[in-house]
Formats: sequence, C-alpha cells, structure tokens
Amino acid sequence: MTDSTNTPQDAHDKTAQTPVDHAAIDDSITSRREVSGIGAIIRTQPFWVFVAILTIGVVMTFVSDAFLTERNLFNITRNMAFFGIMALGMSAVICTAGIDLSVGSLLGLCGINLALVLQAGWSVEIGFIACISTAALVGLINGVLIAYVRLAPFVVTLGMLAMARSIAMVISNNKMVYEFGPDQELFEWIGGGSMLGVPNVVWVLTVMTLFFLWVWRYSEWGRWVIAIGGNAHAAKLSGIPVERVIVSVYMVCSICTGIAAFMFIGYTGSATNGMGATYELNVIAASVIGGANLMGGIVYALGAPIGAALVELIRNSLLLAGIPALWQQFFVGLFLILAVLLEQLRNRGGK
Amino acid sequence: MSLMELRQVTKSFGAIHALNGVDLSIAPGEAIGLMGDNGAGKSTLMKIIAGNFPPTTGEIRIDGSPVHFTRPLDARDNGIEIVYQDLALCDNLTAAANVFLGREIKSGIWPFRSLNYNAMYQKAGELFSELKSETRPRDLVKQMSGGQRQAVAIARTRLSDPKLVLMDEPTAAISVRQVAEVLNLIKRLKSTGHAVILVSHRMPDVFEVCDRVAVLRRGTKVADKRIDDTSPEEVTGLIIGAIEAA
Repeated sequence: MTDSTNTPQDAHDKTAQTPVDHAAIDDSITSRREVSGIGAIIRTQPFWVFVAILTIGVVMTFVSDAFLTERNLFNITRNMAFFGIMALGMSAVICTAGIDLSVGSLLGLCGINLALVLQAGWSVEIGFIACISTAALVGLINGVLIAYVRLAPFVVTLGMLAMARSIAMVISNNKMVYEFGPDQELFEWIGGGSMLGVPNVVWVLTVMTLFFLWVWRYSEWGRWVIAIGGNAHAAKLSGIPVERVIVSVYMVCSICTGIAAFMFIGYTGSATNGMGATYELNVIAASVIGGANLMGGIVYALGAPIGAALVELIRNSLLLAGIPALWQQFFVGLFLILAVLLEQLRNRGGK
Repeated sequence: MSLMELRQVTKSFGAIHALNGVDLSIAPGEAIGLMGDNGAGKSTLMKIIAGNFPPTTGEIRIDGSPVHFTRPLDARDNGIEIVYQDLALCDNLTAAANVFLGREIKSGIWPFRSLNYNAMYQKAGELFSELKSETRPRDLVKQMSGGQRQAVAIARTRLSDPKLVLMDEPTAAISVRQVAEVLNLIKRLKSTGHAVILVSHRMPDVFEVCDRVAVLRRGTKVADKRIDDTSPEEVTGLIIGAIEAA
C-alpha cells in the first residue's frame, strides 16, 4: 500500500487543473447527451431517405394527376408493406454484419406450405402456425450453421436460397394452389382486405415497426444484437451469449418473412412455387437504403418501412410518369448506391 | 491471507511450454507489475487467470479455496475483472452502454422489460466521477480519446465490485497525458482495496503504481520483489536475461 498516500495528492492536482468544482462537472457530465434530439434525428439515414420520399412525392403530384389519388396511395402502401415487413427482419441480420439471401425463396416455401395446409382443409390458425414454423425452422438452420459451425452468412443463405426453392417445387409438385379450404374468405381478407381505409398488411407493418422501435431502443436483446454488430469479440467477453443471439436473429428475420408470406398469399389469392424469386434483392436494398450498414452495428426500425417505401415509390413513379417499366431496376439500383454513398459522406463529414 | 494465489501453474501448447511452475500471490489493495519480454508467458498467465483456458497443471486459489475457470464468466463470478489490451469496447455504443454491456439494468414486467437508460446513465456517471474521469456516459465510444476509453473499460470492472482487476498493457497505445490519467485510475482502484495485476512493458508505469514486480522469462518466474528493493536497471536485466534471477 505504498502508493495509497499519493491518492489525495492526485485528487488535489486534478482539481487544481480544472477551474470548476467536481460536483458541477459531474452534473453537467451526467446530463449531457451525445447530440440533442432533433440533431440526432437529422443525422440518421432514414430521415434523409424520408426527405427524398417527400421530394419525389411533391414532384410526382405535378407530373401525374393520378399520383395523389386515394387508390394510388393505397396501392403504394400495400405493395411496400410486404417488403417492409421482410426488411424489418433483414435489418436485424444486417446489424450483426450478416446477410440473409434466402428470404425470397423462403417466402415461396412458406407460401406453398401454408397453401397446402389450407387446401387440406385446416383452419387459418393452423395455416399460420405451419407458415411461421417453416420460417422459424429455416431461420434456425441458417443461424446454427452461421453461429456454431461458423460458415459465412453469404454462403449459408445462398445455399438455403437454392434449397428452399427446390423444396417448394418438390412439395407443390410444381402446381399452383388457389383453393384455401374452409377459411378461404377470412384468409384472403387478412392478406388483401383493409380496415379504416388502410390495407391490413400496412397495419401489420405498422405494428411490427412500433414493436421493433421498442426492441432496438429498449430491449436487452436489441442492445445485444447491436453490440454484436459493433464488436462481436467484445460482446462475447462481456458475457453475451453471442452464438445464441445470432441464431435468434436469423430466426427473427425468417419469421418476418413468414409473416409477409402469410399476408402475401392471402393478397394474391394463389400460391406458386416461384413466388418471391429475387425478392431478397429488393429487401436488402430496402434495408440498406433505410440505413442498415452492411458492416454491422447500425439499425433503424423506421429504416425498413422507409427504405421499402422509397423502392416502391420509384416503381410507382416511373409507371405514372410513363417511363418504361424496364427502367425500374436501374433506378432501384441507383438509389441503393446513392444511399450507401450518402452514408459514407456523412461518416467522413463526422470525422 | 492472499486474495489470489497461483501454485505451480504450468501451461503447455503441444510441445511448447509457455509456463513452467509459476507461483504468484496477491493481497487486497496490492498492485503487482507483471513484466517480461515478448513470448515470456505474460499473456498466457493473464489468460489463465482470466479464465480463457485452464492451466495444464497447478491450481488457482481464491481466498484460500481452489477454483476452476473454463470461461471468462467464471473468473468474473469469482471477483476477477479484466481490462483487455484492446479494451473490448463496442464503438457503436455509448460509454454507459459499454459499461453495462451484458449486465444491463432493466425495469418493467416481462415480456416488456426495458433497458433503464436513466439508471444506467446515472450509475455510469457515478463510476466515472469516482474514477475522476471526465468521460460522459452518453458519448459514443467511437468519439473518445484513448484515456476516456480506458476509463470506460475500467469503470466496467467496478460494476461487480471485483477483488482483483487484471490490466493488460493499459498504457501501450495512448498519449503521455492520458498515461497519467490511467495511472491515476489504477491508484484509485488500489486505494479502494482492489488488487491490481498490471501487465506492462513500460518500466516507469510499473515503478509508479505497483508495490511489487514479478518478472517472467521463458515461462519461468525469475523474480518477485518489492518495488522498493529493486531498480529499473535490475528489472531490465532480469527481463532480458543479463541477470539470471533475483
């Protein structure tokens, strides 16, 4: 304990260097935030994408009379909602610096399973359980291979993309299903109907977005996922069960896709095994445009619906502006690159 | 009685003997400088105490009773906290979030148990002010200086009121001014009765804050002396092998 006598001396030196007393510093230290409320919002990617959406919206009202009609807005919000629901889960995966390429195929597989269960005469609840169980199982397989066997997420989910699609083809015997058993009417209303003038699927997206807002800000699981994305090694040393959390993240992503599949089949009124092909690209694009960083550690709940809204808005606007549909993917790609570029620029500006 | 005692600890990786029969004991409020050249076995010894892997032979005793660590959490449960060389912080989270990582304060009823931000900010603020560090709980770690980051890593060890804090090269990558800050943090830990093991290459740091210095060379402890009974020259000689043992 030879050095313990130094302690008061050091404390004294410290106070001598600082002009204010410690109590005051402590107060100001604990009350300060990294940035103020509005400043924090302005710094986020979803905010700027939202500004872009409003801008495109304003421009479109001059370009086309059809744009601001109730019918068109109804269609835009409904179409974007399927991708938005999937992007909520994808954002979680991307936050861990992972990727899930299998969501498009999984949508097809969940859809076929669901349709076959309903066609066999089961109720819509059983259909829902079958649909979500399929999704959860696929997510579990993805997650275990990635977290425990330590295979690259890209490879595992690329393999699952092929496998899930193939299984969908096998079990559907390559046939379309459009008979949904005794609950057909209810089932098609859930996916394709609306309440208070808003499509049901948009309600689902809204509720899920609010839930994820809570998850990312207030849940322990959310905090752990963000920590893993920031520094998985540090998270592990802090006692976070990293492997289990990663498995759960892939399951959450798949379950979101399962929910989207349930709504989507009800909306389209038929299930084919080709459903959802290449959707993974739109879902990843929506997540990234909404601010998810492929390097991990960043996630916004609002990013998913906002990113999905922009993608759908581009599609809709080109259509209404009379630009050939062949240009759609070009503009989605362009906005994807612009979104990533924007984020890079903001980060450089910050340093 | 010693707080922690290592008895005849050896560690082999295949044919390589990283540690040969090392004894080490530490009392509450004591700081030991663990020195040695690269490859002398410092890191291996640290990792054994931290629970990263068990020793090949020998035992660790805490408060007189033997313990077996198979993972870092076991060491933490036994009152040993580690400040890693790379600090193991998440840059994308705030200082408070890092302090409480894996041990978040929550309130509310399941399934809506929520993170209690206010409680965590307040407690983190208290820990930082105890350490006389001007680290702000709400700042992102990404924006912090080396000294502030060090304070976050040290504050984290104080959540559980550990008996022993292990610090791996805490002053290796920071500026001179920040070194003084970190050394003050170590003194603060000692004055509150914590034992500290400081692994360092920097002789002045060890002589400023430690009570004893233990020197490892090629996996063997060649010296364990009170700071007052030795000199930087002697320790240097021991490290490089110019002096056989002391």
